[in-house]
Amino acid sequence: MARPGSAQRWAAAAGRWGCRLLALLLLVPGPGGASEITFELPDNAKQCFYEDIAQGTKCTLEFQVITGGHYDVDCRLEDPDGKVLYKEMKKQYDSFTFTASRNGTYKFCFSNEFSTFTHKTVYFDFQVGEDPPLFPSENRVSALTQMESACVSIHEALKSVIDYQTHFRLREAQGRSRAEDLNTRVAYCSKWFVVHNFHPGLMIINSENIVD
Amino acid sequence: MAGVGARLLLPVMGRPALLLLALCTAGAQGLYFHIGETEKRCFIEEIPDETMVIGNYRTQMWDKQKEVFLPSTPGLGMHVEVKDPDSKVVLSRQYGSEGRFTFTSHTPGDHQICLHSNSTKMALFAGGKLRVHLDIQVGEHANNYPEIAAKDKLTELQLRARQLLDQVEQIQKEQDYQRYREERFRLTSESTNQRVLWWSIAQTVILILTGIWQMRHLKSFFEAKKLV
Repeated sequence: MARPGSAQRWAAAAGRWGCRLLALLLLVPGPGGASEITFELPDNAKQCFYEDIAQGTKCTLEFQVITGGHYDVDCRLEDPDGKVLYKEMKKQYDSFTFTASRNGTYKFCFSNEFSTFTHKTVYFDFQVGEDPPLFPSENRVSALTQMESACVSIHEALKSVIDYQTHFRLREAQGRSRAEDLNTRVAYCSKWFVVHNFHPGLMIINSENIVD
Repeated sequence: MAGVGARLLLPVMGRPALLLLALCTAGAQGLYFHIGETEKRCFIEEIPDETMVIGNYRTQMWDKQKEVFLPSTPGLGMHVEVKDPDSKVVLSRQYGSEGRFTFTSHTPGDHQICLHSNSTKMALFAGGKLRVHLDIQVGEHANNYPEIAAKDKLTELQLRARQLLDQVEQIQKEQDYQRYREERFRLTSESTNQRVLWWSIAQTVILILTGIWQMRHLKSFFEAKKLV
Protein backbone atom coordinates (compact mmCIF):
# COMPACT_ATOMS: atom_id res chain seq x y z
CA MET A 1 0.00 0.00 0.00
CA ALA A 2 1.59 3.29 -1.08
CA ARG A 3 2.32 5.89 1.56
CA PRO A 4 0.36 8.92 0.39
CA GLY A 5 2.47 11.09 2.66
CA SER A 6 5.73 10.59 0.73
CA ALA A 7 4.10 11.12 -2.69
CA GLN A 8 2.49 14.30 -1.44
CA ARG A 9 5.81 15.47 -0.05
CA TRP A 10 7.43 14.77 -3.43
CA ALA A 11 4.73 16.71 -5.25
CA ALA A 12 5.04 19.62 -2.82
CA ALA A 13 8.83 19.67 -3.24
CA ALA A 14 8.49 19.60 -7.02
CA GLY A 15 5.99 22.45 -6.88
CA ARG A 16 8.33 24.50 -4.68
CA TRP A 17 11.29 23.96 -6.99
CA GLY A 18 9.18 24.80 -9.99
CA CYS A 19 8.10 28.05 -8.36
CA ARG A 20 11.66 28.91 -7.37
CA LEU A 21 12.88 28.38 -10.92
CA LEU A 22 10.02 30.51 -12.18
CA ALA A 23 10.88 33.24 -9.71
CA LEU A 24 14.51 33.06 -10.76
CA LEU A 25 13.57 33.46 -14.41
CA LEU A 26 11.42 36.47 -13.68
CA LEU A 27 13.80 38.38 -11.46
CA VAL A 28 17.29 37.37 -12.46
CA PRO A 29 18.50 38.15 -15.97
CA GLY A 30 18.29 34.80 -17.71
CA PRO A 31 19.97 33.67 -20.91
CA GLY A 32 19.60 36.49 -23.40
CA GLY A 33 20.41 36.65 -27.05
CA ALA A 34 21.37 38.90 -29.89
CA SER A 35 19.28 40.43 -32.63
CA GLU A 36 21.14 41.41 -35.75
CA ILE A 37 18.96 43.21 -38.25
CA THR A 38 19.56 45.20 -41.42
CA PHE A 39 16.67 47.33 -42.67
CA GLU A 40 16.01 50.18 -45.02
CA LEU A 41 15.11 53.54 -43.54
CA PRO A 42 13.27 55.74 -46.05
CA ASP A 43 13.79 59.51 -46.11
CA ASN A 44 11.96 61.50 -43.42
CA ALA A 45 11.23 58.28 -41.59
CA LYS A 46 11.82 57.01 -38.10
CA GLN A 47 11.78 53.38 -37.05
CA CYS A 48 11.72 52.13 -33.50
CA PHE A 49 12.42 48.79 -31.92
CA TYR A 50 11.51 47.63 -28.44
CA GLU A 51 12.70 44.93 -26.09
CA ASP A 52 11.71 43.84 -22.60
CA ILE A 53 14.82 43.64 -20.49
CA ALA A 54 15.26 42.43 -16.92
CA GLN A 55 17.09 44.53 -14.37
CA GLY A 56 20.82 44.03 -14.18
CA THR A 57 21.23 42.71 -17.72
CA LYS A 58 24.22 44.03 -19.56
CA CYS A 59 23.19 45.08 -23.07
CA THR A 60 25.05 46.41 -26.09
CA LEU A 61 23.63 48.31 -29.02
CA GLU A 62 25.85 48.61 -32.06
CA PHE A 63 24.77 50.19 -35.33
CA GLN A 64 26.26 51.11 -38.67
CA VAL A 65 24.88 52.82 -41.74
CA ILE A 66 25.63 50.80 -44.86
CA THR A 67 24.28 52.79 -47.79
CA GLY A 68 22.79 56.19 -48.46
CA GLY A 69 23.88 59.80 -48.60
CA HIS A 70 26.53 60.70 -46.05
CA TYR A 71 26.07 57.38 -44.25
CA ASP A 72 24.67 59.01 -41.12
CA VAL A 73 21.61 58.44 -38.99
CA ASP A 74 20.16 59.70 -35.69
CA CYS A 75 19.97 57.14 -32.93
CA ARG A 76 18.18 57.34 -29.60
CA LEU A 77 17.89 54.81 -26.79
CA GLU A 78 15.34 55.26 -23.99
CA ASP A 79 14.69 53.33 -20.81
CA PRO A 80 11.16 52.35 -19.60
CA ASP A 81 10.73 55.73 -17.86
CA GLY A 82 11.47 57.60 -21.06
CA LYS A 83 14.87 58.75 -19.85
CA VAL A 84 17.29 59.06 -22.74
CA LEU A 85 20.26 56.78 -22.20
CA TYR A 86 21.94 57.43 -25.53
CA LYS A 87 21.31 60.11 -28.11
CA GLU A 88 23.50 60.88 -31.09
CA MET A 89 22.72 62.85 -34.22
CA LYS A 90 24.14 62.08 -37.65
CA LYS A 91 26.39 59.25 -36.53
CA GLN A 92 27.88 56.76 -38.99
CA TYR A 93 28.56 53.92 -36.58
CA ASP A 94 28.68 53.52 -32.85
CA SER A 95 28.57 51.03 -30.03
CA PHE A 96 26.85 51.64 -26.70
CA THR A 97 26.92 49.35 -23.66
CA PHE A 98 24.61 49.79 -20.69
CA THR A 99 23.25 47.82 -17.77
CA ALA A 100 19.50 47.81 -17.38
CA SER A 101 18.71 49.74 -14.22
CA ARG A 102 15.15 48.46 -14.02
CA ASN A 103 12.77 45.98 -15.56
CA GLY A 104 10.74 47.14 -18.48
CA THR A 105 10.56 47.94 -22.14
CA TYR A 106 13.59 49.64 -23.59
CA LYS A 107 13.14 51.47 -26.86
CA PHE A 108 15.65 52.53 -29.48
CA CYS A 109 14.89 54.52 -32.61
CA PHE A 110 16.70 55.35 -35.80
CA SER A 111 15.72 58.53 -37.56
CA ASN A 112 16.38 59.74 -41.08
CA GLU A 113 14.15 62.79 -40.68
CA PHE A 114 16.93 65.22 -41.54
CA SER A 115 17.31 63.75 -45.01
CA THR A 116 15.06 64.91 -47.85
CA PHE A 117 15.49 62.20 -50.44
CA THR A 118 18.13 59.65 -49.52
CA HIS A 119 17.15 56.24 -48.21
CA LYS A 120 19.52 54.74 -45.72
CA THR A 121 20.26 51.10 -45.01
CA VAL A 122 21.02 50.61 -41.32
CA TYR A 123 22.50 47.57 -39.61
CA PHE A 124 22.20 47.11 -35.87
CA ASP A 125 23.18 44.42 -33.40
CA PHE A 126 21.38 44.45 -30.06
CA GLN A 127 22.92 42.05 -27.59
CA VAL A 128 20.96 41.38 -24.41
CA GLY A 129 22.73 39.49 -21.64
CA GLU A 130 24.91 36.50 -22.43
CA ASP A 131 24.33 34.02 -25.22
CA PRO A 132 22.14 31.10 -24.17
CA PRO A 133 24.26 28.20 -22.92
CA LEU A 134 24.79 25.17 -25.10
CA PHE A 135 23.16 22.84 -22.64
CA PRO A 136 19.88 23.66 -20.88
CA SER A 137 21.24 22.29 -17.63
CA GLU A 138 24.36 24.40 -17.79
CA ASN A 139 23.23 26.49 -14.86
CA ARG A 140 24.86 23.86 -12.68
CA VAL A 141 27.81 25.19 -10.75
CA SER A 142 30.48 22.70 -11.67
CA ALA A 143 33.98 23.12 -12.94
CA LEU A 144 34.61 22.53 -16.62
CA THR A 145 37.31 20.07 -17.62
CA GLN A 146 40.35 21.39 -19.44
CA MET A 147 39.00 20.20 -22.77
CA GLU A 148 35.69 21.90 -22.13
CA SER A 149 37.26 25.18 -21.13
CA ALA A 150 39.52 25.01 -24.19
CA CYS A 151 36.39 24.55 -26.30
CA VAL A 152 34.76 27.52 -24.61
CA SER A 153 37.72 29.79 -25.30
CA ILE A 154 37.91 28.66 -28.93
CA HIS A 155 34.19 29.35 -29.23
CA GLU A 156 34.64 32.88 -27.89
CA ALA A 157 37.58 33.51 -30.22
CA LEU A 158 35.61 32.29 -33.24
CA LYS A 159 32.71 34.51 -32.21
CA SER A 160 34.99 37.52 -32.35
CA VAL A 161 36.29 36.38 -35.77
CA ILE A 162 32.73 36.25 -37.06
CA ASP A 163 32.15 39.68 -35.55
CA TYR A 164 35.17 41.14 -37.33
CA GLN A 165 34.05 39.52 -40.57
CA THR A 166 30.65 41.19 -40.22
CA HIS A 167 32.23 44.59 -39.68
CA PHE A 168 34.53 44.08 -42.64
CA ARG A 169 31.60 43.05 -44.81
CA LEU A 170 29.63 46.16 -43.80
CA ARG A 171 32.54 48.49 -44.56
CA GLU A 172 33.13 46.77 -47.88
CA ALA A 173 29.42 47.04 -48.70
CA GLN A 174 29.68 50.81 -48.25
CA GLY A 175 32.55 51.06 -50.73
CA ARG A 176 30.93 48.68 -53.16
CA SER A 177 27.58 50.48 -53.23
CA ARG A 178 29.37 53.78 -53.89
CA ALA A 179 31.33 52.17 -56.75
CA GLU A 180 28.16 50.74 -58.29
CA ASP A 181 26.41 54.12 -58.00
CA LEU A 182 29.38 55.79 -59.69
CA ASN A 183 29.32 53.25 -62.49
CA THR A 184 25.62 53.83 -63.21
CA ARG A 185 26.05 57.60 -63.08
CA VAL A 186 29.01 57.51 -65.47
CA ALA A 187 26.99 55.33 -67.86
CA TYR A 188 24.11 57.83 -67.98
CA CYS A 189 26.20 61.00 -67.95
CA SER A 190 28.51 59.89 -70.72
CA LYS A 191 25.60 59.17 -73.08
CA TRP A 192 23.97 62.47 -72.15
CA PHE A 193 27.05 64.56 -72.75
CA VAL A 194 28.02 62.82 -75.98
CA VAL A 195 24.56 63.47 -77.41
CA HIS A 196 24.67 67.11 -76.32
CA ASN A 197 28.03 67.57 -77.98
CA PHE A 198 26.17 68.15 -81.23
CA HIS A 199 24.60 71.33 -79.89
CA PRO A 200 27.19 73.74 -81.36
CA GLY A 201 26.73 72.19 -84.82
CA LEU A 202 22.96 72.44 -84.63
CA MET A 203 23.24 75.98 -83.39
CA ILE A 204 25.28 76.99 -86.43
CA ILE A 205 22.84 75.38 -88.87
CA ASN A 206 19.98 77.08 -87.07
CA SER A 207 21.64 80.48 -87.17
CA GLU A 208 22.40 80.06 -90.87
CA ASN A 209 18.75 79.41 -91.51
CA ILE A 210 17.89 82.53 -89.58
CA VAL A 211 20.39 84.61 -91.56
CA ASP A 212 19.02 83.17 -94.76
CA MET B 1 5.02 3.34 -4.10
CA ALA B 2 7.27 4.58 -6.82
CA GLY B 3 4.42 4.18 -9.31
CA VAL B 4 2.02 6.26 -7.21
CA GLY B 5 4.71 8.87 -6.66
CA ALA B 6 5.39 9.14 -10.38
CA ARG B 7 1.72 9.43 -11.21
CA LEU B 8 1.29 12.24 -8.70
CA LEU B 9 4.59 13.91 -9.62
CA LEU B 10 4.13 14.20 -13.37
CA PRO B 11 0.98 16.32 -13.44
CA VAL B 12 2.38 18.62 -10.73
CA MET B 13 5.78 18.97 -12.39
CA GLY B 14 4.06 19.33 -15.74
CA ARG B 15 2.45 22.67 -14.94
CA PRO B 16 5.49 24.65 -13.78
CA ALA B 17 7.53 23.02 -16.56
CA LEU B 18 4.98 24.18 -19.12
CA LEU B 19 5.03 27.67 -17.63
CA LEU B 20 8.81 27.70 -17.81
CA LEU B 21 8.66 26.56 -21.42
CA ALA B 22 6.12 29.28 -22.21
CA LEU B 23 8.35 31.90 -20.62
CA CYS B 24 11.38 30.58 -22.48
CA THR B 25 9.65 30.72 -25.85
CA ALA B 26 8.25 34.16 -25.07
CA GLY B 27 11.65 35.43 -24.12
CA ALA B 28 13.30 33.94 -27.19
CA GLN B 29 11.52 36.41 -29.47
CA GLY B 30 12.79 39.44 -27.60
CA LEU B 31 12.90 42.27 -30.10
CA TYR B 32 9.63 43.72 -31.39
CA PHE B 33 8.38 46.62 -33.46
CA HIS B 34 5.07 48.13 -34.50
CA ILE B 35 3.64 47.90 -37.96
CA GLY B 36 0.62 49.55 -39.53
CA GLU B 37 -2.29 47.85 -41.23
CA THR B 38 -1.11 47.58 -44.80
CA GLU B 39 2.48 48.47 -44.06
CA LYS B 40 5.23 46.27 -45.38
CA ARG B 41 8.44 45.92 -43.43
CA CYS B 42 11.52 44.61 -45.18
CA PHE B 43 14.76 43.36 -43.74
CA ILE B 44 17.96 42.64 -45.56
CA GLU B 45 20.22 39.71 -44.86
CA GLU B 46 23.55 39.68 -46.65
CA ILE B 47 24.54 36.05 -46.54
CA PRO B 48 26.96 33.71 -48.30
CA ASP B 49 25.98 30.69 -50.35
CA GLU B 50 24.22 27.64 -48.84
CA THR B 51 23.39 29.36 -45.57
CA MET B 52 20.23 28.56 -43.66
CA VAL B 53 18.13 31.36 -42.25
CA ILE B 54 15.41 30.74 -39.69
CA GLY B 55 12.94 33.45 -38.75
CA ASN B 56 10.48 33.29 -35.85
CA TYR B 57 7.77 35.83 -35.42
CA ARG B 58 4.77 36.38 -33.17
CA THR B 59 2.10 39.03 -33.64
CA GLN B 60 -0.12 40.83 -31.19
CA MET B 61 -3.00 43.10 -32.08
CA TRP B 62 -3.74 46.46 -30.47
CA ASP B 63 -7.09 46.56 -28.74
CA LYS B 64 -8.31 50.16 -28.99
CA GLN B 65 -10.91 49.86 -26.23
CA LYS B 66 -8.67 48.29 -23.65
CA GLU B 67 -5.62 50.25 -24.95
CA VAL B 68 -3.47 47.18 -24.59
CA PHE B 69 -1.94 44.59 -26.84
CA LEU B 70 -3.87 41.34 -26.82
CA PRO B 71 -1.69 38.38 -25.85
CA SER B 72 -2.49 36.32 -28.92
CA THR B 73 -4.92 36.80 -31.74
CA PRO B 74 -5.87 33.79 -33.82
CA GLY B 75 -7.03 34.59 -37.31
CA LEU B 76 -4.35 37.19 -37.84
CA GLY B 77 -2.13 36.37 -40.79
CA MET B 78 1.27 37.55 -41.95
CA HIS B 79 2.58 37.19 -45.45
CA VAL B 80 6.27 36.48 -45.66
CA GLU B 81 8.14 37.04 -48.91
CA VAL B 82 11.82 36.35 -49.41
CA LYS B 83 13.71 37.52 -52.48
CA ASP B 84 17.21 36.50 -53.49
CA PRO B 85 19.89 38.95 -54.76
CA ASP B 86 18.55 38.60 -58.34
CA SER B 87 15.08 39.70 -57.13
CA LYS B 88 13.74 36.20 -57.66
CA VAL B 89 11.17 35.09 -55.11
CA VAL B 90 12.54 32.30 -52.93
CA LEU B 91 9.69 32.05 -50.45
CA SER B 92 6.23 33.58 -50.56
CA ARG B 93 3.86 32.16 -48.00
CA GLN B 94 1.06 33.10 -45.72
CA TYR B 95 1.51 32.17 -42.09
CA GLY B 96 -0.73 32.51 -39.04
CA SER B 97 -0.37 34.97 -36.20
CA GLU B 98 2.66 33.02 -35.03
CA GLY B 99 5.04 31.49 -37.50
CA ARG B 100 8.44 30.23 -38.38
CA PHE B 101 9.94 30.51 -41.85
CA THR B 102 13.11 28.90 -43.14
CA PHE B 103 15.05 29.24 -46.33
CA THR B 104 18.51 28.36 -47.59
CA SER B 105 20.39 30.70 -49.88
CA HIS B 106 21.61 29.37 -53.21
CA THR B 107 23.21 32.61 -54.37
CA PRO B 108 25.42 34.75 -52.17
CA GLY B 109 24.26 38.31 -51.60
CA ASP B 110 21.49 40.53 -50.27
CA HIS B 111 18.33 38.61 -49.51
CA GLN B 112 15.27 40.64 -48.73
CA ILE B 113 12.73 39.37 -46.20
CA CYS B 114 9.44 41.26 -46.32
CA LEU B 115 6.59 40.93 -43.86
CA HIS B 116 3.16 42.42 -44.17
CA SER B 117 -0.18 41.73 -42.64
CA ASN B 118 -3.14 41.13 -44.90
CA SER B 119 -5.70 40.54 -42.26
CA THR B 120 -9.03 42.28 -42.59
CA LYS B 121 -9.66 41.84 -38.87
CA MET B 122 -7.59 44.92 -38.14
CA ALA B 123 -10.07 47.09 -39.96
CA LEU B 124 -12.75 45.84 -37.58
CA PHE B 125 -10.74 46.77 -34.50
CA ALA B 126 -9.75 50.05 -36.17
CA GLY B 127 -6.69 50.19 -33.99
CA GLY B 128 -4.48 49.79 -37.02
CA LYS B 129 -1.43 48.78 -35.02
CA LEU B 130 0.24 45.44 -34.82
CA ARG B 131 3.12 44.38 -32.60
CA VAL B 132 5.49 41.94 -34.28
CA HIS B 133 8.11 40.03 -32.31
CA LEU B 134 10.84 39.01 -34.70
CA ASP B 135 13.91 36.85 -34.37
CA ILE B 136 16.08 36.04 -37.38
CA GLN B 137 18.92 33.56 -36.95
CA VAL B 138 21.50 33.02 -39.66
CA GLY B 139 23.91 30.16 -40.31
CA GLU B 140 25.41 28.63 -37.22
CA HIS B 141 23.05 30.54 -34.90
CA ALA B 142 20.14 28.75 -36.56
CA ASN B 143 21.29 25.37 -35.29
CA ASN B 144 19.43 23.94 -32.35
CA TYR B 145 22.19 22.20 -30.41
CA PRO B 146 20.14 20.35 -27.78
CA GLU B 147 18.14 18.86 -30.66
CA ILE B 148 21.28 17.85 -32.55
CA ALA B 149 22.71 16.29 -29.39
CA ALA B 150 19.56 14.26 -28.87
CA LYS B 151 19.30 13.18 -32.49
CA ASP B 152 22.93 12.16 -33.00
CA LYS B 153 23.41 11.09 -29.38
CA LEU B 154 26.48 13.23 -28.81
CA THR B 155 28.33 13.65 -25.56
CA GLU B 156 28.96 17.13 -24.18
CA LEU B 157 32.45 17.34 -25.64
CA GLN B 158 31.29 16.06 -29.02
CA LEU B 159 28.54 18.68 -29.07
CA ARG B 160 31.01 21.45 -28.30
CA ALA B 161 33.29 20.17 -31.06
CA ARG B 162 30.31 20.15 -33.42
CA GLN B 163 29.52 23.75 -32.52
CA LEU B 164 33.10 24.79 -33.21
CA LEU B 165 33.05 22.94 -36.55
CA ASP B 166 29.85 24.77 -37.53
CA GLN B 167 31.37 28.10 -36.60
CA VAL B 168 34.49 27.43 -38.64
CA GLU B 169 32.34 26.37 -41.58
CA GLN B 170 30.44 29.65 -41.37
CA ILE B 171 33.72 31.59 -41.29
CA GLN B 172 34.88 29.67 -44.36
CA LYS B 173 31.66 30.46 -46.24
CA GLU B 174 31.96 34.11 -45.34
CA GLN B 175 35.55 34.18 -46.63
CA ASP B 176 34.42 32.67 -49.94
CA TYR B 177 31.69 35.25 -50.14
CA GLN B 178 34.26 37.95 -49.44
CA ARG B 179 36.31 36.73 -52.40
CA TYR B 180 33.22 36.83 -54.62
CA ARG B 181 32.38 40.37 -53.46
CA GLU B 182 35.89 41.60 -54.03
CA GLU B 183 35.78 40.25 -57.57
CA ARG B 184 32.48 42.04 -58.20
CA PHE B 185 33.88 45.27 -56.79
CA ARG B 186 36.93 44.96 -59.01
CA LEU B 187 34.79 44.33 -62.12
CA THR B 188 32.60 47.34 -61.27
CA SER B 189 35.66 49.57 -60.84
CA GLU B 190 37.20 48.37 -64.09
CA SER B 191 33.92 48.89 -65.92
CA THR B 192 33.74 52.46 -64.57
CA ASN B 193 37.33 53.03 -65.65
CA GLN B 194 36.57 51.74 -69.16
CA ARG B 195 33.47 53.88 -69.45
CA VAL B 196 35.27 57.03 -68.35
CA LEU B 197 38.07 56.29 -70.79
CA TRP B 198 35.72 55.79 -73.73
CA TRP B 199 33.69 58.83 -72.73
CA SER B 200 36.72 61.11 -72.70
CA ILE B 201 38.00 59.75 -76.03
CA ALA B 202 34.56 60.08 -77.64
CA GLN B 203 34.12 63.60 -76.25
CA THR B 204 37.52 64.73 -77.56
CA VAL B 205 37.00 63.18 -81.02
CA ILE B 206 33.52 64.70 -81.39
CA LEU B 207 34.75 68.10 -80.30
CA ILE B 208 37.63 68.03 -82.77
CA LEU B 209 35.41 66.83 -85.62
CA THR B 210 32.72 69.37 -84.80
CA GLY B 211 35.34 72.09 -84.73
CA ILE B 212 36.73 71.11 -88.14
CA TRP B 213 33.25 70.81 -89.65
CA GLN B 214 32.30 74.18 -88.13
CA MET B 215 35.26 75.95 -89.66
CA ARG B 216 34.78 74.43 -93.10
CA HIS B 217 31.06 74.99 -93.11
CA LEU B 218 31.34 78.60 -92.03
CA LYS B 219 34.10 79.23 -94.59
CA SER B 220 31.91 77.93 -97.43
CA PHE B 221 28.92 79.81 -95.99
CA PHE B 222 30.70 83.13 -95.95
CA GLU B 223 32.12 82.48 -99.42
CA ALA B 224 28.65 81.78 -100.67
CA LYS B 225 27.36 84.98 -99.14
CA LYS B 226 30.26 86.82 -100.74
CA LEU B 227 31.37 88.19 -97.38
CA VAL B 228 34.94 86.90 -97.81
